[in-house]
Amino acid sequence: MNSPGSFYLPAASSTMAPEVDALLQFIVVASSILFAIVVFGSFYFAVRYRRRKGSTFTDGKDHNVRLEIVWTVIPSILAFIVFFWGFNSYLKMNIAPANAIEVKTTAQKWFWQFTYANGAGSTNELVVPVGVPVKLLMSSKDVIHSFYVPNFRMKMDVLPNRYSLTWFEATQTGEYDLFCTEFCGTGHSSMLGKIKVVSDTEFRDFLNAGSALGTGQAPEAFGADLYKSKACFTCHTTDGTPGTGPTFKGVFSRSEAMSDGSTQLVDENYIRESILNPQAKIVSGFQPVMPTYQGIINNTEIDALVAYLKSLNTGQ
Amino acid sequence: MNTSSESNYLNASRGWKSWLFTLDHKRIAILYFFAIMFFFFVGGVLALLIRTELLSPKQVLVGAETYNQLFTLHGAIMIFLFIIPGIPAILGNFVLPLMIGAKDVAFPRLNLASWYVYMLGSLFALYSIVTGSVDTGWTFYTPYSTTTSGSVISMTLGVFILGFSSIFTGLNFIVTIHKLRAPGMTWYKMPLFAWGAYATSVIQILATPVLGITMILLILERAFGIGIFDPAMGGDPVLYQHFFWFYSHPAVYIMILPAMGIISEVISVFSHKKIFGYKAIAFSSLGIALVSFLVWGHHMFTSGQSELAAMIFSFLTFLVGIPSGIKMFNWMATMYKGSVSLESPMLYAMSFLFLFGIGGFTGIMLGALSVDVHLHDTYFVVAHFHYVMMGGTVMGFLAGLHYWWPKMWGRMYNEAWARITAVIIFIGFNLTFFTQFILGTKGMPRRYYTYMDQYQPLHAFSSVGSYIIGLGFTIMAVYLIHSLFRGKAAVKNPWGALTLEWTTSSPPVEHNFELQPVVVDGPYDYDRIRIENDQRIYKEVKMKSETETKVGL
Amino acid sequence: MSNTQAAYLAHHFSDAEQQRESAKLGMWIFLVTEILLFSGLFVFYAVFRAWNPDMFINAHRFLDVRLGALNTIVLISSSLTVALAIRSLQLNDQKNAGRLLLTTILLASVFLVVKYFEYSHKIHLGLLPGKYFSFQGIEGTNPHVFFSVYFVITGLHGLHVIAGMLVISWVLLRTWQGEFSSEYYTPVENAGLYWHLVDLIWIFVFPLLYLVG
Repeated sequence: MNSPGSFYLPAASSTMAPEVDALLQFIVVASSILFAIVVFGSFYFAVRYRRRKGSTFTDGKDHNVRLEIVWTVIPSILAFIVFFWGFNSYLKMNIAPANAIEVKTTAQKWFWQFTYANGAGSTNELVVPVGVPVKLLMSSKDVIHSFYVPNFRMKMDVLPNRYSLTWFEATQTGEYDLFCTEFCGTGHSSMLGKIKVVSDTEFRDFLNAGSALGTGQAPEAFGADLYKSKACFTCHTTDGTPGTGPTFKGVFSRSEAMSDGSTQLVDENYIRESILNPQAKIVSGFQPVMPTYQGIINNTEIDALVAYLKSLNTGQ
Repeated sequence: MNTSSESNYLNASRGWKSWLFTLDHKRIAILYFFAIMFFFFVGGVLALLIRTELLSPKQVLVGAETYNQLFTLHGAIMIFLFIIPGIPAILGNFVLPLMIGAKDVAFPRLNLASWYVYMLGSLFALYSIVTGSVDTGWTFYTPYSTTTSGSVISMTLGVFILGFSSIFTGLNFIVTIHKLRAPGMTWYKMPLFAWGAYATSVIQILATPVLGITMILLILERAFGIGIFDPAMGGDPVLYQHFFWFYSHPAVYIMILPAMGIISEVISVFSHKKIFGYKAIAFSSLGIALVSFLVWGHHMFTSGQSELAAMIFSFLTFLVGIPSGIKMFNWMATMYKGSVSLESPMLYAMSFLFLFGIGGFTGIMLGALSVDVHLHDTYFVVAHFHYVMMGGTVMGFLAGLHYWWPKMWGRMYNEAWARITAVIIFIGFNLTFFTQFILGTKGMPRRYYTYMDQYQPLHAFSSVGSYIIGLGFTIMAVYLIHSLFRGKAAVKNPWGALTLEWTTSSPPVEHNFELQPVVVDGPYDYDRIRIENDQRIYKEVKMKSETETKVGL
Repeated sequence: MSNTQAAYLAHHFSDAEQQRESAKLGMWIFLVTEILLFSGLFVFYAVFRAWNPDMFINAHRFLDVRLGALNTIVLISSSLTVALAIRSLQLNDQKNAGRLLLTTILLASVFLVVKYFEYSHKIHLGLLPGKYFSFQGIEGTNPHVFFSVYFVITGLHGLHVIAGMLVISWVLLRTWQGEFSSEYYTPVENAGLYWHLVDLIWIFVFPLLYLVG
């Protein structure tokens, strides 16, 4: 059930992928044959019947019923094979098996949130067990996004105020790329994630650990983890270059010019406000595009992030 | 510009007023030519900027926001300002009345108005560029387009206005073809380009009003929050997609059908061979035009529409693909036992067969439901679209432009350079866009400012190809402009074609023909007519012995 | 080609009959585009009514059926006067044609005045589209949508009424100048066709909005 991929397809790592690939290969082969007949046939005629000196009268035959039937019927038959084959697989893609585990997926500019049945959550990293069907119940908090995993040959739009459903069953452990494929603004191309396919026991460990994140860690280190897992890095760098948002390097206790002309000292309260109510005060030169993290992040986590930002000043 | 002492439409009257207030379809075509070529140039420069930015996943020229504006503008300008009006408004306006032996289009004033409306619409688009620009992609999907900053309203208003220009042209063509054909020009004696233009006009009339109302509603939604696309207010953003594609899928046939008409002309003329399956080609254009209204949902296979809807749309998509395939076979059969001359228009027609062939077959892949799920919104779609639109429509446009250039200006361009350019563009095009098929199957999503390192070699390759295309078009601009001033004078009928536009002088006289033409022969009767020194030579069949007689038209 | 061409015959037509037929075909095609424009809105109407069936019934009670019916009668009468104006021209009675066209314009103004009172009543109550909707007391989901649909459809129709008035004023002016006769009256005929369409659309709009349920 697993292929290494070819020069033009990524490795097939879900139960649906080989089926999609088979149809794709079939079309490629059938098309190549027809293409060779029509296009290279035309090229051949262009050379074979090239114009010699002077103009002549040419053959006046302008129809041939038998030939026309042949070149209408054969491509039509091929088209209908492709149609039924494609439809058949599409149905399977849309109907999740009854034993699928469900993960609630929330997309927003520009990250993915996953919530598992026991309440554990993750950001931008969907952890799933191998060989088990996983059903995604997806919705968006703002504009339309689309959930795309090339290795699984799966894609589904994520709409605001409505649930869309899709499912997959990974056949191989490993890490796979997750892309957003519906244009959603400045950070669209950074709205990336990973699908981490693990063994059943690892998955159970992950679920159990999920509710106890951050315990036993220094706040700075936990904050550094959150910087990655909550996708802050999509817009805020730590190396001093401005991204979609201001850089975090040296941001704490800096005085920033605001877009309304005022000046704001970046302290604990400002950071907290910027996380929970990002549109309140915008640093001059940036767009008011950050989504709120209200309900996504708790007080402990905010404290940890503040500690992390402070740590960036001391050059750690 | 024109040194010929004879009076023609170019020198019949002088001064800028004689151009800006002209009612002559030929002069309006020239006005359109310069306006549309300007926007083709702008769109092309934007494309090169995009490809340059994509040389590396890091910033090369611009930031993410500017990049998003670049691809939006490239798409919007190329689609609404270049490729939709391109063939009908330039070549159609110039050639169609000549082809059917009319003195002008039915409504010359409406024709001029369509140009002014086009200019007005383009001003709104330009205004939007200087006032914050648009970053939605040319599809203006809600709710992104109703919430983003930037001047979405003036851009969509521009698109709305451009729709009128398109409707005026389509309306004019339909009435012209119905009512102004020369005596003897029956429907089946009409050249296939006229059939293509007719089918195109039908779509322009039936689809464009829906785009109009969609744009109005989008503007009202954005300006006044009427809530019909806003999910928070009981509206539905997917409804917008349905409305948008109800126009925009037929619109791709507005773009391709006239190109197919040109290819039919050029292949027959340059093979000196009767077109194979005249009626099949003519009626498949109309068939495509009608079925094209029923396939819009294939743009939305991953939007969560019902499986039944997806099935119907997929089925109809295959149905609309088959007539295009039949045309390909017909063109091939036309060349069989012909007398083929590979002059530059024919080279572009051959490019068309190759590139549109690939575009068509990759369309089959996208029409197959399960495969589309993988390929939707990746570079595969970008490549497919460019193969069909640039490889198809633009190649058809270039074939037509080179074919009718002597008629439009009374001048010949440098044929050697024209052939070299056709080859350069063909090579550059394949480097640029075939690469993108592979990027797409490998999973590279479209409209990405930055991308993962694994895609970089292919992106760089594609960018180099785009520079080669740019080089090709630069050479073309040079030799075409050169021909206007230094090109040698064109004869009436340089290609030995049998359609009516070649029976008048090059360039045509002000009212097209010295005398009202009366049509006796078919447009492609190369089995019994040939042209020598602008004159028709008929083959006479008399009691098994063949003799030739010379008859002036 | 005849040497004695009428002044109204454009150079690219061979005779008046060809010109008249072209103009009429062109007008019909233009009417098709207008119908499609409104069809788009009727589809929106259908979609939102299917999603909020009860709300549509409750919300439509806030439209005044009597005013709507009055406007329907006004528009139908104006269609009649336009048709009679064309009839008068066919009979070479330019004076009467002028009077009838003027009556049409007056009837169109009556329509707009009635519409003005309807609109101002709704604006007063806060029965407005989308986010401006502030009225309490309509049961059902998303009542603002009904008024979005109402204002967009009647608003666009109102713009068409104004456009029709301008077109009819233009042919009225030309009628007064004596440009039309039983021989040539195509512009009046086309203006009439347009006006009939504006009327026809209202005949669909009225039951869809005012006579729900």
